[in-house]
Amino acid sequence: MRLSGRGVRCVRGGRDVFSDLDFEASAGEALAIIGANGSGKTSLLRMIAGLLAIAEGSIGLEGGEAELTLPEQAHYLGHRDALKPALSVIENLAFWRDFLGGEPSDSRESLSAVGLDHAVDLPAAYLSAGQRRRLSIARLLTVRRPVWLLDEPTNALDVAGQSMFARLMGDHLKGGGLIVAATHAPLGIAARELRIGSVS
Amino acid sequence: MTALAALIRRDIKIALRVGGGALIGVLFFLTVVVLMPFAVGPDLALLTRLGPAILWLGALLASLLTLDRLFTADHDDGSLDLIVMGRTPLELACAAKALAHWLAAGLPLVIATPVLGLLLNLDALSTSAVALTLLAGTPALTFTGMIGAALAVTLHRGGLLLAVLVLPLSIPVLIFGVAASQAAISGLSFGAPFSILCALSLISFVIGPFAAAASLRHGLD
Repeated sequence: MRLSGRGVRCVRGGRDVFSDLDFEASAGEALAIIGANGSGKTSLLRMIAGLLAIAEGSIGLEGGEAELTLPEQAHYLGHRDALKPALSVIENLAFWRDFLGGEPSDSRESLSAVGLDHAVDLPAAYLSAGQRRRLSIARLLTVRRPVWLLDEPTNALDVAGQSMFARLMGDHLKGGGLIVAATHAPLGIAARELRIGSVS
Repeated sequence: MTALAALIRRDIKIALRVGGGALIGVLFFLTVVVLMPFAVGPDLALLTRLGPAILWLGALLASLLTLDRLFTADHDDGSLDLIVMGRTPLELACAAKALAHWLAAGLPLVIATPVLGLLLNLDALSTSAVALTLLAGTPALTFTGMIGAALAVTLHRGGLLLAVLVLPLSIPVLIFGVAASQAAISGLSFGAPFSILCALSLISFVIGPFAAAASLRHGLD
């Protein structure tokens, strides 16, 4: 399985953010997108996720499931947590497990993997920023998707949370997964760097 | 199917919990109808004649009031991104969301109608005629309103814009809803306007989800 982009150009609000960008990542490999604020890291992730139009060039996944598109085989972990404050932790997770489909695994197991097993029935409104992030990470575990698109995934996580997430990312890569992450902080796993924007 | 059932269950659950907004529509409907006799005065014959129109107007405004939450809540917390990326066709997801919205916010309006009919001096037959036309017509308001909600999703405070956008689409529903109720009350042919009302609902079931999905895809940013 290989994710690749050829001659990708990003235009936001009539302004070129980046152009002629080539990248490539194979199964078991992590790609860290590095660049200054406003260099288009999030835009690139959203283009891969099919949430933003690609102005020029192409992004494709080879060797995935033939009848599914790239966004359908990807998890997107963005700045916003996609959590409903009125629902409990387990209800939030169970919804995404049922909605996203695929091969679901046990929600409670995913919650204990991210260290939230003590807060199963707590409404998501009472979670701290770090706990919300952990719950979003549990979503990646509860439904298996080969491609993980992560936008500043370690934001708000404490030191223990960061090493926990590094271990989970390592497991995902070992299982033949693929990670593209936009980040300023080190991810804690071996990753190929992709620099975008003007080199400073 | 599991995905759609999960989406409907979740939306209804959120709407019914504290701050969910399912009750806002009914309370607004109640306020409009309760105030009307005070504004019109104690002329019972006039109230009876205006009754169906007042109930329909109240229901229309109440459904516009709650519709702007249909997609903005999901857009603001990032859920909409995941729904768009998901394996469920966006058209079906939109239809499921509209159905959930109607069950949580539209159906209570129909249920409240018999009680509010009393305040407008409507007899049992007239009240049930209005309730029946609302049952057939409010889904059309939800499904056409969904198009406006999808267009206004990226705008903050798009609620008023939504009302203006879907106004031309809700006018036919209002006309035939009130016409069918009046026909039933005055003993004229009920069938023709009621059939057209049902047809408007069926058309909106087909067009609404596709138009909403198209504008959501286009509006993504």
